[in-house]
Amino acid sequence: MKFTVDWLKNHLDTKFNNNQIIDKLTNIGLEVESFESSASELDTFIVAKIINAKTHPNADRLKLCDVDIGSDKTIEVVCGAPNAKNGLLTVYAPPGSIIPKNQMKLSVSKIRGVTSYGMLCSESELLLSNESDGIIELKNNKYANKIGEQYFKNTSEKVIDLSITPNRPDCLGVRGVARDLSAAGAGKLKINKKSNLKYRGNQNINVTIKKEKVQGCTTFGSCLIKGVTNKESPKWLKDKIKFLGQKPISAIVDITNYVMFDLNRPLHAYDADKIDNEIIVRSSSKGESFEALDNKKYILENDMCVISDRSGVLGLGGIIGGARSGTEYSTKNILLESAYFLPRSIRKTSKQLNIDTDAKFRFERGIDPLSIEEGLIKASELIKQICGGEISNLDVKKIENYKKTIINFDPFLFEKTTGFNVTNKELIKILEKLGFNVSKNKKFLKLVVPSWRPDITQSIDIVEEIVRIKGYEHINTSEPVKTRLKPTLNYYQKLFHFLQRSVASKGYLETVTWSFTDSKINQLFKENDEEIPIVNPISSDLNVLRNSVFPNLIFYLKKNLDRGFKDISLFEIGPAFKGKNPGDQLTVIGAVRAGKVSRLSWNDKERIVDTFDVKKDVIQSLCEAGIDKDDIVIDDKTPSYYHPGKSGGVYQNKNEKNALAYFGEIHPNIIKKLDIKTEGLVIFEICLDYIKETKQKIKDLKSEYKFSDFQKSERDFAFIINKNFKSQELVNIIKSVDNKLIKSVRVFDVFEGENIPEGKKSIAVNVTIQSEEKTLNENDLDNINKLIISSVESKSGAKIRS
Amino acid sequence: MSDIKKIKDDYIDKLNTENNVDKVNNIKSELFGKNGIISNEFKKLGSISVEERKKLASDLNNIKDELQNKISIKIQEIETKEINLKLEKEKIDVTLPERDIEIGKIHPVSQVIDEISSIFSEIGFSVEEGPDVENEYNNFTALNTPDNHPARDMHDTFYLDNNKELLLRTHTSPVQVRTMLKGKPPFKIIAPGRTYRSDSDQTHAPMFHQVEGLHIDKNIHMGHLKGCLNYFIKEFFEVDKIKMRFRPSHFPFTEPSAEVDIGYEIKNGKIVIGEGDKWLEILGCGMVHPNVLKNVKVNSSKYQGYAFGIGIDRLGMLKYGINDLRAFFETDYRWLSHFGFDPLDVPSNYRGLSR
Repeated sequence: MKFTVDWLKNHLDTKFNNNQIIDKLTNIGLEVESFESSASELDTFIVAKIINAKTHPNADRLKLCDVDIGSDKTIEVVCGAPNAKNGLLTVYAPPGSIIPKNQMKLSVSKIRGVTSYGMLCSESELLLSNESDGIIELKNNKYANKIGEQYFKNTSEKVIDLSITPNRPDCLGVRGVARDLSAAGAGKLKINKKSNLKYRGNQNINVTIKKEKVQGCTTFGSCLIKGVTNKESPKWLKDKIKFLGQKPISAIVDITNYVMFDLNRPLHAYDADKIDNEIIVRSSSKGESFEALDNKKYILENDMCVISDRSGVLGLGGIIGGARSGTEYSTKNILLESAYFLPRSIRKTSKQLNIDTDAKFRFERGIDPLSIEEGLIKASELIKQICGGEISNLDVKKIENYKKTIINFDPFLFEKTTGFNVTNKELIKILEKLGFNVSKNKKFLKLVVPSWRPDITQSIDIVEEIVRIKGYEHINTSEPVKTRLKPTLNYYQKLFHFLQRSVASKGYLETVTWSFTDSKINQLFKENDEEIPIVNPISSDLNVLRNSVFPNLIFYLKKNLDRGFKDISLFEIGPAFKGKNPGDQLTVIGAVRAGKVSRLSWNDKERIVDTFDVKKDVIQSLCEAGIDKDDIVIDDKTPSYYHPGKSGGVYQNKNEKNALAYFGEIHPNIIKKLDIKTEGLVIFEICLDYIKETKQKIKDLKSEYKFSDFQKSERDFAFIINKNFKSQELVNIIKSVDNKLIKSVRVFDVFEGENIPEGKKSIAVNVTIQSEEKTLNENDLDNINKLIISSVESKSGAKIRS
Repeated sequence: MSDIKKIKDDYIDKLNTENNVDKVNNIKSELFGKNGIISNEFKKLGSISVEERKKLASDLNNIKDELQNKISIKIQEIETKEINLKLEKEKIDVTLPERDIEIGKIHPVSQVIDEISSIFSEIGFSVEEGPDVENEYNNFTALNTPDNHPARDMHDTFYLDNNKELLLRTHTSPVQVRTMLKGKPPFKIIAPGRTYRSDSDQTHAPMFHQVEGLHIDKNIHMGHLKGCLNYFIKEFFEVDKIKMRFRPSHFPFTEPSAEVDIGYEIKNGKIVIGEGDKWLEILGCGMVHPNVLKNVKVNSSKYQGYAFGIGIDRLGMLKYGINDLRAFFETDYRWLSHFGFDPLDVPSNYRGLSR
């Protein structure tokens, strides 16, 4: 919503200066986006200095000038002026500028094979004089410090641009803004002059609002203006239209626009001679069409509110008029329309047809239904004044009467909501200035809501009006109430926090990527999940919700590899979507690690990252987050994007259905398909939702402290065992021999090849044996050793290596 | 006597010039071995008179002590010298690089979420969450934004179906709805999380983060709202004074509604929060609309309260001087290393919000 202070003062008697008005507008909720001179075509012309003028390589009479225009780099401009020389201060017009003399728009062009970015101007080209022999020479003392600044001062009146919230249609007109300001003490709302317009004759084009199942129009007011001379608008009107950022068209169109912005009362002018007999306001039928004033043809659906005559659709009521009945300079007789259309209907139609106009914007938010006559009168007066003509009586057809909104307001609600008090007297004064009709009814105030405020329907709306006008600075700042209703974080939120920081502490950089991804990459990671397309994606490569964190992580890993980074550890914690319904999502950590460990180290041997690097990271993180390492069971079944032989799943115990984590090398096919260039790529993922909540607090988990001071013994064993036999199982067999005595089992060597039969491997373990009751003698130890060997041999088919 | 004195002086001289432990040990046995010179002198004591014996024994003992002392000092001296020599040879270049340090980082968005949670935790808020995919009702209708309401145009929504029933939440406010529907007042929650709108340019990303706040109780009014946000802003920006402005605005789900600006100025090209005469909009808030309370089955004649929504990314940008919102989500290794936080930097009350 744009207007000038002068325009505002047509409606407001005020002693406030511009800045006070701007502040007041902001303080009452009419946010000022900007307060600036309206842009002028001359704004682009700037003071410049020729740094270096040399002869054009292909034309002796042209010069190639390096021009300083106040930015980092100089600009190269081809110039034919004889006076172009080093050090000259002159006026530069960049591409896009419109040269005042010939109204030509400059573009970047090649002049004799050299590209010229803009132009250096002569006085004649800028309409400053007839001097056209050379470019302007600016005086050094005046302009030397102004390189890069506008040459022409913009003297046009400053325009206020308000961002009006959707609840305030009344402030889409200058008068509404003035009313709000007056209520807030910024002046007095001027009383509209009573019209002394003389009416002649009747509006004899018959208007019917058809009774329909769906009728988007409730009132249609009109008058005929006969014998007008349409023409260019006078300067004052043209200026107003320009302030709005619009182009003047003709007096009649400009007047209807002006009244719309002045009173927030959209109008439409028809060339009365182009109307076929009568006006019928009705609902459209599917397939009807018309050509609108924007020169587009619209094909209508059922139940759109149209203004039609006997020949068909003239326009879409409250949205856009039709070309067939539009006014022109030759128009002699006008039918002026001022109607009320239902917001719902306007919104639906304009959405279906994708039309946005100033009228639509206003009707959609709700126009004052009682402003029909006021609009007709104001516009008619102006038309008569500028274009002449005779005005018929006003004709208003209605199928529904306006119903007043009445609110019984309890003033106590104000204090209850805002925490401070205003007197009833002040409260009433504010409401009356806003246009409410106030009467007292015991402890309540009976309020008649003004017809231009469709947003006000209940008591809380009244509270807002009063506090807004009174000023939010009156609200006290109460100390925060520190009462706590429950713990800040629940178990899973804490887990999120722990795991996030524990993974980061393993050297991974946390990233945050989109929740959507490219379906082509997602495809590689989605397993059996359903694809979840976005109906209106921001771009075709972000067209589905991610089923996994990896599509994005791998995509960005590749980008970083392409940037020249070799050793990269990245992770993200966030949602992975498993279905398209709310809640069909899991919280997961995905982590990737690429490159080498100890690259270019002077003392350690460098090696490619491997499965056991990420296995350590994932297990350690889980332990840090509170999972007991002794409970963890590893399995070798993993999703298909993992290397089938070099990956594993982590379970919280052996009966668990869902793996809470996976780790391993990524499948070589994926690396190939996505063309990832790295020496090694290993990943892991943790699904937080699959971690079982422990109800016990840590204080309950700390059990009695037990330890043994009796001598412990260590024994080494080496077994020859089937190659596929899992070390985890071997360890479990050994531990189960005597859970009490065997304190730990450590695999310290795995070996295949020389001296080991085909299909077998050698595993060497170190077993720590310690009793809590006594020092074990040789005999005891021998027994245990024998038991270990026999158990392993019988349960696993292994043979002890002698 | 003069004999043994002479012996002593000779050996002291010998020991003084000796630099080899083995040789010192040889001297030791030469003197004190089974047939050592001093040992032999002691043996002689039995064959002399009592008078002489007493004198000689005392002299001998003194000489013995002196020599033994000398020997052990000498051995220690030589050993120390040898160790020092050995260590000198073992010297390494300690300025060679250590084994690789792997430094992980926490993303600024996560850090800011933790900072926010820590601050609100101090005044009794707990953290709630909601799904990223929402239904139309929770995201709009329940929040007093019916389909025919122009306020819907303020949110460019991503949809998951053609009926526009399922969508990516455009704000964290649906968590309010979920929280109130599943519980009973009072409510005192914040809900940080991802939010989505289908526009994208330098200052808008299709995904961003918000934190929702909701406090519903019997007598919660706008003064509490102001107090709560004033506290939060001051704590968050870690400044003593903050210039803050509540300005009327409109959101369908709150009434009265406000936008909050904070004062700032540009000093040496950097934004300084809390001073100056420029205003920066940082959040929207208001008293929860009675229609919303009705939709979530809270009796609005008994309970009332406030809600607010803050852009997390923007807060982070302001606090940590980050210029480009899009960079948050582009996973540039350099950017993550530069703006990321050490995992041990856990924002807390007693240790401070940030280092």
